[in-house]
Amino acid sequence: MLELTERTAPEPLGGHRPPGRIVDRTFRALAATGGALVLVILAAILVTTTRNAWPAFADQGLTFFTSSTWDVVQGTFGTLAFSYGTLVISVIALLIAVPVSLGVALFVTELVPVRARRAVVFVIDLLAAIPSVVFGLWGILVLAPALTGTYTSVADAVDGVPLLGTLLSGDPISGRSFFTAGLILAIMITPIVTSVTRETFATVPRAQKDGALALGATRWEMIRGAVFPHSRSGIVAGVLLGFGRAIGETIAVALVIGSSPQITARLFNSGDALSAVIANQFGESTGTYQAALIGMGVLLFALTLVISMIARGVIHRAERRIGSASA
Amino acid sequence: MSAVTVPARSSLTRSSASRRRHAANHLALALMVVAFIVTVIPLALILGYVVVRGMRVMSWSFLTSDIPIVSRAPGGGMGPAVVGTLLITGAAALMAVPLGVLGGIYLHEYGGPTTRARVIRFLAEVMTGVPSIVMGLFIYTTWVLAFGVSGFAGALALACLMLPVIIRTTEEMLRLVPLDQRQSAYALGGRRAGTIVRVVLPAAAPGIISGVLLAIARAAGETAPLLFTILTVNTVNTDLFNGANTALSVQIFRNAQQVFPGPQERAWGAALTLIGIVVVFTVIARAISAVFSRKHHA
Repeated sequence: MLELTERTAPEPLGGHRPPGRIVDRTFRALAATGGALVLVILAAILVTTTRNAWPAFADQGLTFFTSSTWDVVQGTFGTLAFSYGTLVISVIALLIAVPVSLGVALFVTELVPVRARRAVVFVIDLLAAIPSVVFGLWGILVLAPALTGTYTSVADAVDGVPLLGTLLSGDPISGRSFFTAGLILAIMITPIVTSVTRETFATVPRAQKDGALALGATRWEMIRGAVFPHSRSGIVAGVLLGFGRAIGETIAVALVIGSSPQITARLFNSGDALSAVIANQFGESTGTYQAALIGMGVLLFALTLVISMIARGVIHRAERRIGSASA
Repeated sequence: MSAVTVPARSSLTRSSASRRRHAANHLALALMVVAFIVTVIPLALILGYVVVRGMRVMSWSFLTSDIPIVSRAPGGGMGPAVVGTLLITGAAALMAVPLGVLGGIYLHEYGGPTTRARVIRFLAEVMTGVPSIVMGLFIYTTWVLAFGVSGFAGALALACLMLPVIIRTTEEMLRLVPLDQRQSAYALGGRRAGTIVRVVLPAAAPGIISGVLLAIARAAGETAPLLFTILTVNTVNTDLFNGANTALSVQIFRNAQQVFPGPQERAWGAALTLIGIVVVFTVIARAISAVFSRKHHA
């Protein structure tokens, strides 16, 4: 309702100062251009990348998406192994990052005293401020070599166990693997998942939380009974945004995934992912090869677009619901 | 309203059920603390490694010397990359900041609840999720194929990444400016544009500046959009519009993949330099918003 009064207020009476009106109009047009640019750029991304990827789409047909044969010399460009890698590392990242992020968000909203809250949030934001290439540098030179030994002992420990014995194994075991990439991604998406869920937790009405505590609930029961049901859509949105980030993240993944396209359930094997392949191979590519790499960019763009649209949609719906409930 | 589920029976003497409930409570609270610690450990490790390993090569000459032509050679510096990062990020900010602030002004001061503004607001949010490598491909297909690689092409890609962030922050900050400030300006005969520029914007400036600095800090660390738009060089190229260029992030990426100690050391040094730049911008942004929020509460 703020906007309404504001919009009706400034119509000048009579219009005594025509030059001012021209300035007004120009400024408004400029501002509208700034806003419209978003639409123009998004449309341009879609059109130009699709057009440049077209030779590959036309040449490979559906096998571009369904084949896992990537042979530059033969001119066969199937991207399934890369899509598989992207999916696997994103799922690993979410499985680790979501519980941790929920814990951190609860820690900030329910445990930390108000005065220290700003400091804790600052620390988490600091993690978001570290450039992805620095995560990659640390991942390839420190984390990956350190994990090789751990992977070997874990694989030995679960050897023979159905499912786990396959998942947590390698053939051969490599420090640069699906799992390392997933781990690095988990660290990288924790800040965004935390901040989205933290914001929804903060909107839980005080009265509901106090009510639960007054009924004799422990703090954890209060969180399960009052905070979680209220925040379901916020959590879903946070998970989706984290998923979108994980899919699009490039440089860190390119450094630690090991660049070996294969579809395997063994998570300690080297793999490859859509974004990483573009980053690692684009420089040497020409013709259909380059078109295929751009095509993978189109695929990434479409995936992240759909995911973030759903996520934003969920957030907006939740905001409207909360807004109408408190009104 | 959602139902609050609480076990019906609760007595003063601790029954086994009650003990179980409190044990579960303590376990859950402990796990929250553990989650925070688990998050802080990688942060501390990464920053620790970058500082310790980076300091081994850090010196004035590291920041100013050329990059060795033979990449496996030890020594040399990151001069061209420092210049490239500052130049390219600066140019990106020069393009994205005015346009982004204007976009934010449109959304809050003119668009408001109209369908057109709602669509743009939604798309700006969606655009913040576009992977940075896709921005690189976009500038490659629209600019580099026509005009060749240059620092400016990289700046264009970074500007595209910064734009939606700046639009969103500006709108959020304008929302905080009280309505009566605008009404007072109108009552004094101020026009729309004049009121926005002289009254509303100055009031929101600290918040906008802080958001803009955070966006610049993020852009300075981006690698993927620069890989095929600026390529790489070993000597300083101050010409933004001609020839290949380089940046700290790109150098870290290239050198991290080398097995020789020389380039790896340069990668750590470049990482320390980059983190230094990012931290300076982030801290200034935090300081501005802290001062601003204190003033706001007073």
